[in-house]
Amino acid sequence: MSDRYHLAIVGAGPAGLSAAGRAAYYDAVNGATTPSYVLLEGFSTFAKTIQKYQKGKHVMDEPGFLDLRSELGFTAGKREQILASWQQSLEAGINIRYDSEVVAIDGEKGSFRLGLQSGDVIEAEHIVFSIGTQGNPRALGVSGDAESDFVRYTLDDPADFKDETIIVVGAGDAAIENAIALSDYNKVFIINRRNEFSRAKDGNLNAVLAAINDKNRGFYCRYESSVAGLELPACSGQLGALILNTPSGEERIECHRIIARLGTVPPRKFVESCSIEISSPSMEAVPDVDRHYQSNVPGLYIIGALAGYPLIKQAMNQGYDVIEFIHGKNTKPADYPLLQGQFSGLPYVMDAEDVLDLYQQRVPMFRRMNPLAFRELIIESRIIVSLPPSELAQAAPSGDHSTHFVAAGEPLYRHGEFSTSFYTLVEGEVQLQLEQDGPWHTIKPGQFFGEMSLISGRPRQGDAVVSQDSILIETPRRIMVKLMNSNEEVRSGIDRVFVMRALQAAFRPQLSLDELAAIAGRVETCQFKAGEVLFSEGEEGECLHLIRSGTVMLTRGGANMVVAQSHSGELVGQLALMGTPKRADSATAAVRTETVLLRRPEFLTLVNSQPEHVATLQSRLSDTLQKSNAMASQPQAARAIGFLMAEGLGEATNALVIDETLCVGCDNCERACAETHNGISRLNRQSGASMAGLHVPVSCRHCELPHCMKDCPPDAIRRTANGEVFISDSCIGCGNCETNCPYGAIKLSYQAPKKPGLLSWLLFGLGSGPGEPEHFKPSAAAQDAGKKAVKCDACMGRSGGPACVQACPTGAALRLSPNQFAQLVEGR
Amino acid sequence: MHINLLAWRGYRYGKLALILGLLSIVLYASQGGDAAQPPNGGTWQGYVLGTVGALLILWLSVLGIRKRRYNSNLGTVQGWTSAHVYLGGVLLLVATLHSAAQLGWNVHTLAYALMCMVIVSGFYGLYVYLHVPGRLAGNNAGKDREAWLEELAALDEHIREVVESCDAELQSMALSALELSRLGGSLTQQLSARDHSRILLPNQSKAVSNAEQAVMIHSLSQRIPKARKQSEAAVLNQLLALFGRRQVILNLLRRDIQLRGFLKIWLLLHIPLTIALLVALVIHIFTVFIYW
Ligand SMILES: Cc1cc2nc3c(=O)[nH]c(=O)nc-3n(C[C@H](O)[C@H](O)[C@H](O)COP(=O)(O)OP(=O)(O)OC[C@H]3O[C@@H](n4cnc5c(N)ncnc54)[C@H](O)[C@@H]3O)c2cc1C
Ligand code: HEM
Ligand code: HEM
Repeated sequence: MSDRYHLAIVGAGPAGLSAAGRAAYYDAVNGATTPSYVLLEGFSTFAKTIQKYQKGKHVMDEPGFLDLRSELGFTAGKREQILASWQQSLEAGINIRYDSEVVAIDGEKGSFRLGLQSGDVIEAEHIVFSIGTQGNPRALGVSGDAESDFVRYTLDDPADFKDETIIVVGAGDAAIENAIALSDYNKVFIINRRNEFSRAKDGNLNAVLAAINDKNRGFYCRYESSVAGLELPACSGQLGALILNTPSGEERIECHRIIARLGTVPPRKFVESCSIEISSPSMEAVPDVDRHYQSNVPGLYIIGALAGYPLIKQAMNQGYDVIEFIHGKNTKPADYPLLQGQFSGLPYVMDAEDVLDLYQQRVPMFRRMNPLAFRELIIESRIIVSLPPSELAQAAPSGDHSTHFVAAGEPLYRHGEFSTSFYTLVEGEVQLQLEQDGPWHTIKPGQFFGEMSLISGRPRQGDAVVSQDSILIETPRRIMVKLMNSNEEVRSGIDRVFVMRALQAAFRPQLSLDELAAIAGRVETCQFKAGEVLFSEGEEGECLHLIRSGTVMLTRGGANMVVAQSHSGELVGQLALMGTPKRADSATAAVRTETVLLRRPEFLTLVNSQPEHVATLQSRLSDTLQKSNAMASQPQAARAIGFLMAEGLGEATNALVIDETLCVGCDNCERACAETHNGISRLNRQSGASMAGLHVPVSCRHCELPHCMKDCPPDAIRRTANGEVFISDSCIGCGNCETNCPYGAIKLSYQAPKKPGLLSWLLFGLGSGPGEPEHFKPSAAAQDAGKKAVKCDACMGRSGGPACVQACPTGAALRLSPNQFAQLVEGR
Repeated sequence: MHINLLAWRGYRYGKLALILGLLSIVLYASQGGDAAQPPNGGTWQGYVLGTVGALLILWLSVLGIRKRRYNSNLGTVQGWTSAHVYLGGVLLLVATLHSAAQLGWNVHTLAYALMCMVIVSGFYGLYVYLHVPGRLAGNNAGKDREAWLEELAALDEHIREVVESCDAELQSMALSALELSRLGGSLTQQLSARDHSRILLPNQSKAVSNAEQAVMIHSLSQRIPKARKQSEAAVLNQLLALFGRRQVILNLLRRDIQLRGFLKIWLLLHIPLTIALLVALVIHIFTVFIYW
């Protein structure tokens, strides 16, 4: 059987629903008797991603500055309300087909063929792809494995099942957690394809082994077993069965239910199988589309999260716009007014769309970008215009989405500031230093700067001063990272300049740019995971590393004896080229680290071109050697640093370290934290590791390249110029940051209720006293607002410094940066 | 980098307290006085010393509030505590000089006595603040109490499994040893850290002490040489090791409870006595003005 449509929309998330809504509008206007489009949804109901949010979740309508343009409604509110309103729109007449997962696409514009899981084929002239980025659960791969009451791929609430026999297939964290939770009231089998649970987190690993060995628990494991088939129950309530291939032959287990937790298949494979190109190998890469959302396959459009727009409102707007484009309407996108705002302060009269085109042409690096990506870049960036100080006073105040004015002759940023944005010069001139008090370099239109901090996350090195009548684009790190992940040319372009400038900063060579570029072309970029070794003590070395990002620790006489640590912009292993080739220490990446590897010939070219700088390099080296020798002669201290590094403090910029020999355990630090942060403590003193009298409690360490900032849909996590990483009010509570933080420093929490004042408690015993109450019932309003991510903000803006430190009666709590560690451990 | 509360800012308040003490002595001596009119609280010098003492007491009490005014930027709590212990110490001198040691059975002396108790408890507190945390850290060897309790629970679980293959007598003995192990308990039990664990011996209805798991360990070690099968000896040996570890962890936890108790218990005297002192002081000042 094969149906034919003008348009097939794949995936009924917010993007697909909105597209279908607009397509239905056109059908109504044209008086079509049968729908010209079909909305294909793989799941048994619409908007699977949103259906899977936790119950009662408050869904936010970020970004607030963007207007909604859709046939369907959407305002911030409860998940249930939003789903109900979309349900209504669906019932009002949208041609949707459920349980219709698209598994293959071939053909071309005008005659695409979409193959469904069921074997059906649908023909369409155009395709809109809106399948999101959540992926679909990996199926069991035997007949009868479609999601049903018997076979499930998710588990909402383990308490839904009692006194059943349930088989959990899978050996990852989700499978283990589900199986253990179910085994409280059910008999559970867990099916593991391998002979151990190697993929699980330590905690889960211990828990599953304990459960298997627990004789009082109905918990059984089948190792090295794969699913060979299943028998669906004859009717609901009866038993079905799972057939396994085990090392000792086939086994049939009767059960009430099968829960398969085999991970998800990211949509990338499927997308690529439809001949859609994703140019970068990076995990986060999304396909390229043009201004009309069309992919490299003509007639195939991509919108929503899959096109790189991770919020509901954006997805819905694109759903609307894409139908306009398919119908040949060249409507201005919903974000056109934003663009106008961005360019409002420019010294020329031009349509915003034309300025956009002009700027893309002006900057060589941007020319190859697809226009849609460039448009997003501009909307997310700040357009900066420099004015003489006298005019600046009269200039319109700059809002969030209007041109930003700065004073000419003043620094755009100063040395030591934490900012990671990336600057592109469109007109005018910028004077740039590459290190504090270093020589000045001139930046010309079309060139960019700021890539050092962008890549390393370290504070700015040197100042950048803007001259009069300059125009710049300042792009946030998040957008640049996305761009670099999806556009190989941009990435390598930025990389090349990064290496050249890093070499300039480190060696101050007197070379022409061409010569420098030649060297930059010859050096190697290396990546190391935490714990990987750059070189080992005692071996002969022929090269040095210039650290791009991350931290390298030097150890001597044992992997936990850290005698020195080096950060981005610094050299490691230079002794081999400036002294003896035998490595005195081992160098190990303390966190994920990238380095530029320089061999002797390049090194010699660089230093020989500027002999005066050699003395500086030598004195720096002897300094380092002195310090590391001092540390090596204090094994206790070296081991303590090793401990701090093992706790991940190598990537910290500001970490709480407690001296256990002073801490009396009064928890006044936690209470101070809660009292100064709306009643919720962002620090857990007691948890966390200790060694040699030092304790690293669970609390944010304000990483150089914060893991939490990686994947925040509304971009709510920000960093101040002083380096504090904080979460702004636009948090949507999605929990990505909580998952991404390797240190458990972020939690999702309701707003705590207000408490009576201190004196009411002291004098009359009212309330629970200072600090976060152990249990609290959020108010109705707080429940409505939903949980939000909370974390330490290092008490930014508090004049007395961090409250936890200030409230410690015994001086046990200190906040430190890694360069203070040596001082911390010495003479303890 | 970490500096203890006595050494805070180069002993700033230690020096201040020293000066205050010397000034008080000079002031006291300036009263001169003879047998007929000995120095006392009623001279102007006495009044000054009394007022200084009363102000000190008030300010010392305010620590309880400052410590909880988390939004305050008035110094750090460590600085306050440092000043607290030094000025609290010198208060003893100031008040003694004020009263000129004219003690008797009256409300004035009650105030004085209460003050002394607060100060003595304070000195005890200072001592434990300085010395106990280090011992606690040493005792807990890098793990927190939760982690040790978890290890203990896992150990008990393990013992339960291993003992299943033993004879009924040993089994019930081992299980009773697990069940009748005691941690914590009343305040005195917590602070004394004495082991009140017991065990039920075969054919007896009353449990006997199993302090240090000694009975269990002793009986296991006696059984091993008598074991008839190798496998039995192996199991017993394993149990011996498990109970040995158990003994260590129980001791460690008991010590943890005790040390943490030391760190807290004195505040249970220090604070209520402070309140009593404030009341007595008000009465003292009131009465001397009335009966002048
Ligand atoms: C926990 C969480 C909380 C969030 N909170 C918010 C919030 O408060 N506000 C906000 O704006 N955004 C939020 N987001 C982001 C938001 O959910 C996404 O941006 C949005 O859902 C993207 O919409 P989409 O239509 O592109 O994709 P999706 O919503 O992911 O929809 C894709 C649909 O396609 C279907 N599908 C997939 N593959 C196929 C196939 N092969 N064939 C047929 N159908 C297929 C899926 O079943 C699904 O229904 C949150 C995300 C998460 C994970
Ligand atoms: C404003 C503060 C104070 C004032 C005005 C004050 C006043 C006096 C006076 C007038 C006397 C002499 C009484 C007499 O000779 O009979 C006295 C004695 C005394 N005061 Fe104070 N005093 C003050 C604070 C204190 C403090 C802080 C303490 C200690 C806690 C204290 C303890 C005593 C004692 C023990 C005596 C001796 C009582 C006696 O002579 O029998 N006073 N005080
Ligand atoms: C009459 C004199 C004193 C008074 C009225 C007094 C009062 C107080 C009060 C009210 C607190 C606050 C307790 C809390 O709320 O947790 C406190 C704490 C403390 N006091 Fe005193 N005190 C006195 C003398 C001393 C002395 C002499 C010492 C030590 C030499 C001392 C050491 C301490 C210490 C170490 C703390 C704990 C601080 C903390 O944990 O924050 N006190 N005292």
